[in-house]
Amino acid sequence: MQTVRQTGWMVVRQARNLMREPIWIAMMVIQPILWLVLYGQLNKNTGAQGHDAQFTYIAFLTPGVVCMNAFFGGTWAGMAMISDLDRHVVDRFLAAPASRLAIILSQVIRAGITAVLQAVIILVLALALGVRVRAGFPGWLAVFAASFLLAMVFAGFSNGIALLLRREASMIATANFVGLPLMFLSTILVTTLLIPGWIRAITRVNPVNWGVEAARTPVLYGNNWGSVGFHLGLLLAATAVTSLFATWCFRAYQRSI
Amino acid sequence: MWVARIYAHPEGSDFPCLDSEGVDAIVAEELRKRYRTVQALDGVSFSVREGEVFGLLGPNGAGKSTTVRVLTTLTRPNSGRAFVAGEDVLAHPTRVRHAIGYVAQDSGVDWEATGRENLLLQGRIHGMGGAPLHARVAELLGLVGLEEAADRQARGYSGGMKRRLDVAIGLVHRPSVLFLDEPTTGLDPEARAAMWLEVERLAKEHNLTILLTTHYLEEADRLAERVAIVSRGRVVVEGRPEELKAGLRGDSVTVELGDVDGKVEAAVEVVRRIEGASEVSADERQIRTRVPNGAQAIPAILSALESGGFPVASVTTARPSLDDVYLHYTGREFSAEDQEGGH
Repeated sequence: MQTVRQTGWMVVRQARNLMREPIWIAMMVIQPILWLVLYGQLNKNTGAQGHDAQFTYIAFLTPGVVCMNAFFGGTWAGMAMISDLDRHVVDRFLAAPASRLAIILSQVIRAGITAVLQAVIILVLALALGVRVRAGFPGWLAVFAASFLLAMVFAGFSNGIALLLRREASMIATANFVGLPLMFLSTILVTTLLIPGWIRAITRVNPVNWGVEAARTPVLYGNNWGSVGFHLGLLLAATAVTSLFATWCFRAYQRSI
Repeated sequence: MWVARIYAHPEGSDFPCLDSEGVDAIVAEELRKRYRTVQALDGVSFSVREGEVFGLLGPNGAGKSTTVRVLTTLTRPNSGRAFVAGEDVLAHPTRVRHAIGYVAQDSGVDWEATGRENLLLQGRIHGMGGAPLHARVAELLGLVGLEEAADRQARGYSGGMKRRLDVAIGLVHRPSVLFLDEPTTGLDPEARAAMWLEVERLAKEHNLTILLTTHYLEEADRLAERVAIVSRGRVVVEGRPEELKAGLRGDSVTVELGDVDGKVEAAVEVVRRIEGASEVSADERQIRTRVPNGAQAIPAILSALESGGFPVASVTTARPSLDDVYLHYTGREFSAEDQEGGH
């Protein structure tokens, strides 16, 4: 209970601090728009090839861009932890009876909320571009859930790495090292039919692709809730694993100070 | 509430947790901690009585901050034990965290939040809330003189303001033990003087036990009732500043000679023959010695030098400072070690 309350107040703190960063808000809004428009143009002749003509490439891409934003946002979430470590805010919490899990969850949930806000922007823009979510309103909710959970999976991982490495430069290198390959080992940009078999095998165990499956199914095909629920469940389990990993990483951090 | 637990310390402890003068709020027993190649703590032991202002004094890298991080539960020692507010730091860290306030060497202020928001969040972490928390925060903002800046982002605060906010953050839950890790490092003289007044008032009015670390000798001399001098991970001496200074052999006397045509050595011999003078040394035309009582010794020194034909330009005497104490117990100049200091 104490952990839940503390998590709440720490999320409030982070949200409030972010709202004071106009540049951050601008980037958060503009970035998904850029992805959607740029990738939409770049790949429009190839990306959705092989599928029946029931949907346009932009419809195919929309849930993909939602997921790309969510997981990129997640991989970079550790930067906020580095900043809190550098400013000794974390030490101040740790010397007080703050729950370690709450410190991690607040960062993780903040990343999740950001991803959902971006998902809203993307879906609204896609709506203007003629994309209709096949499953209707529940489909929108499924997309939001996928972006929320996907961001949290990687935010947990990223915060753990932040506590282990504790340096901005190392953090940036790791985020890049993990981020881009995972994107290309997913069906964010191209359909499964266009990627080689060995990559297709990897996509099944790539959490990024669990998010893509959960978000794309309701947009393109409508009511295949079994698959959506299964992939959302996988993401939830992965969130628990990475958040606990990050909480465990406090041990390594506290040994080092 | 925790007095009873004092008696429940594990058997076999030969460290006195109680003495005739009262209860110990902080006990460190043989703390050792090693970071890769550095032995940061090499058997640190000391105790602080309830309500006392205690100074951990030493140059950078001596182990002061590491000691504080162990006592505030931020990190664990490789060996040794510690008790704060009657609680075992290693066995019950959460209980310790409830009882202590911690002002770290580096400010823990959240720059993007306002002063008030910083304080409110800290109170909530301590389980406070509602009107009592808001009232407490307003009270603290007044106490540290930040009412006007309370609703501005801390990003714009001066170093002194951030430091005062740090102190307020450490006090929000009314701790019984306050750790101040180098509270005035990096502050300008004015802000430092204000911080000293603040600490003195806290100690007097709130009956707080305060553990203060500093590498400013004058700060320890001014604020601390007792000090422990830490050098290379060990406490080399512990006691009241006056006791430590009295433990040295008396006052220092410095004689500046007039024109003596290079016969300084002969003058040194004259001073050496004076009863009670010890540790006589010369540096160009300056002769330094240590005597039991400076005021009484000066006439004898002057007349001996004059009658020997050595003109005296000036003479000064000084009570021993903690600087002298530090030099005496570590065999090193305080400032010299400070320069080579690491973290």
